[in-house]
Amino acid sequence: MKKFNTAILFSTVLFLLININFVIADIPALLLQEDHCVSCHSELEILPEDFQDYDSHLQIGLSCSGCHGGDPTSEDPEKAMSPKAGFIGVPSTKAIPKLCGKCHSNIDFMRTYQPRIPTDQVQQYFTSVHGKQLLKGDEKVAECASCHTAHAIASAKDARSSVYALNVPNTCKKCHSDADYMKGYHIPTDQYEKFARSVHGKDLLEKSDTGAPACNDCHGNHGAAPPGVESVAHVCGNCHVNNMNYFEASSMAEPFANLDIHACEQCHGHHDVEKTTDDMVGVGENSVCTQCHSTGDAGYQAAKEMHQSISEFVNDYNQAEAQLKDVQQKGMDDVDILYLLQEAHQTLIHTRTLVHTFSPDKISEKTSEGVKKTSEAMDLAKKEIRDYHVRRRGFGIATLFITVLVVALFFKIRGMERNQKKQS
Amino acid sequence: MKTMVKNLYGWLDERFDLSPLIDFMSKKNVPVHRHMIWYYMGGVTLFLFIVQVMSGILLLFYYKPGADSAYESMRFILTKVNFGWLIRSIHSWSANLMVFFAFVHMFSTYFTKAYQKPREMTWVTGFLLLALALGFGFSGYLLPWNELAFFATKVGTDIVGALPLIGKPIMAVLRGGEDVTGATLTRFYAFHVAMLPAVFTVLLGLHLVFIQRQGMSEPEELARLPEDQKKWMPFFPNFVLRDAFLWLVVLNVLLFLAVFYPWDLGFKADAFAPAPAGIRPEWYFMFMFQTLKFLPGHILFVEGELVGILFFGIAGIAWMFVPFWDIRAKSTSKFNPMVIIGLISLIFIIVMTIVGYLM
Repeated sequence: MKKFNTAILFSTVLFLLININFVIADIPALLLQEDHCVSCHSELEILPEDFQDYDSHLQIGLSCSGCHGGDPTSEDPEKAMSPKAGFIGVPSTKAIPKLCGKCHSNIDFMRTYQPRIPTDQVQQYFTSVHGKQLLKGDEKVAECASCHTAHAIASAKDARSSVYALNVPNTCKKCHSDADYMKGYHIPTDQYEKFARSVHGKDLLEKSDTGAPACNDCHGNHGAAPPGVESVAHVCGNCHVNNMNYFEASSMAEPFANLDIHACEQCHGHHDVEKTTDDMVGVGENSVCTQCHSTGDAGYQAAKEMHQSISEFVNDYNQAEAQLKDVQQKGMDDVDILYLLQEAHQTLIHTRTLVHTFSPDKISEKTSEGVKKTSEAMDLAKKEIRDYHVRRRGFGIATLFITVLVVALFFKIRGMERNQKKQS
Repeated sequence: MKTMVKNLYGWLDERFDLSPLIDFMSKKNVPVHRHMIWYYMGGVTLFLFIVQVMSGILLLFYYKPGADSAYESMRFILTKVNFGWLIRSIHSWSANLMVFFAFVHMFSTYFTKAYQKPREMTWVTGFLLLALALGFGFSGYLLPWNELAFFATKVGTDIVGALPLIGKPIMAVLRGGEDVTGATLTRFYAFHVAMLPAVFTVLLGLHLVFIQRQGMSEPEELARLPEDQKKWMPFFPNFVLRDAFLWLVVLNVLLFLAVFYPWDLGFKADAFAPAPAGIRPEWYFMFMFQTLKFLPGHILFVEGELVGILFFGIAGIAWMFVPFWDIRAKSTSKFNPMVIIGLISLIFIIVMTIVGYLM
């Protein structure tokens, strides 16, 4: 029995040794035949912790020796990992950017794999805070592998990648939310918490909307740096183009710059940007205008006027929407009302964008346009509701007419049959 | 006025000799008995068919068949055309009421044994008219090109495709290809407004000629009475006026339904959208649809669905030929086998329809 068990064990090991593909199914077969790094390390179960067979480099045939050097064709570990064969072991943090750059900064080389791939990552990296600190000898900062991992690298479009949009906040969080690790840098460590609460964070992390910005969309990828006063509007303006253009052309742009106030951040915050409301404009409790303006000054008055125009329009719009629902509930024609309300909604979005001009006149001009559309929609809705009642009254008249005919016919038949009986 | 009518009659009589017709109409009588209410059901069905033709013609003024235009033109009819909503709603309601009254008419004919000799052909033409009415319903259901109709047609034609050998070719002919597409819509339109009406009109003509030629059937209990105890009513004007009376009542009900429960249009059909919840055929197909759903996957090595389709096919044919295999009950027997068969069929249809809507 013992012999039998030993035979089974032996044949299993033999099978696995011969058929290494059985162990690592997704690694190209040819690579395994020629590359003894992967086969030996797999058999001995000493592959790196983050090793994944979907790794982009591994998938195109660039194996361990591509970065670590050595001779992968040799079955003898001594020879395979000898410095003579170029083996460098685990590269130091400081050496990593240049190591990756060996290929990734070489445009001719990279073109053979992906014709449109950028090759300035290393150059950009050294302009970032991370890169600059690394040059100063700080080895705690992020280098390529910190974000991309070393052995599970995948395209940023691949959902398994650590730099896929939905995974970016968690990748950055690994260091930036670790208060102990960040000690000494004198920067906050609550960015992730704030971001997760923000309108952007909710869209990205809760709704998995990859269109919402992750850390890198504002801070950059390889050239990661916090945006300064002069560039913050441009960062937000990447997506919120009209808001940025209106703000820059407004009378507020210059005073903001002179006072060193962050353009967008002053009213909206940064990591914790909340969903905007109309009450942010005006002089009410939730107003951001009153942070700087107070009773009597021109800004205060302008804020009040802007809020009033928007509120009136929104009220009208909500009323028209309620009437639309009534029309729909009654099964009447809602097509034209819907179109008008769609237009009005566009106008409302435009009005809210125009808030960044800080001009009560421009806002009032736009809201008047919107109010005109909503009142047209309301008129149509009223007409449809009136028609609904007319139809019922029309039926009443028609049915009355038919009922009179039915009754008349009834008496006619009765009278006729009585006469027929009398005659017979 | 009277002189004018008289003159007109004289003018026509001189040319066409109307006296045999007048003579026939004045002598035509309808038996009077306690089941005579069922005589009106055929008339009501006929009235609803006339409503269908008239409202259908009005809809034709604006309806544009085609995957890109059918839904839009229906929307136009419902929203922009004066009284378009009313005409469309009347057409939909009247279609359903017509099928309902056709069923009532058929079962009343069956239970009063009016199909027996010499009225076999009246029954057969009547059955074919009901089958065509169902065809009108099935083809018309798709015409608004909305989501529910699109998927119901898909399911309906899939069922036809399940037939061995002939199923797939028939399905391809019905669909105008592999799938339900704009090609299906245009051929359903052709069925609905050209082919079916043409055949229907011929059969309806025959059905009415048969009735007029043979007169109303007398139920057995009345036929057994001696001639002097039988009661009769002149067809014209008595019966015709009673018919008119009922037609007016039905018209009133139809208007009520059309105004207070207008037929909605739903969402436009989208072949790439997932099938919406609650796809169901028109109510008159529900009993068959529900039965097929209840059948197990396989019955003795044959697909359950196929067994169901064959069963309904054979049952339908048997029903059409009822007059030719009619089982006469012995005069001493308390149970009439035909009544039992009829009751089982009727209860089956009603129960399965209700179950279909509840599940």
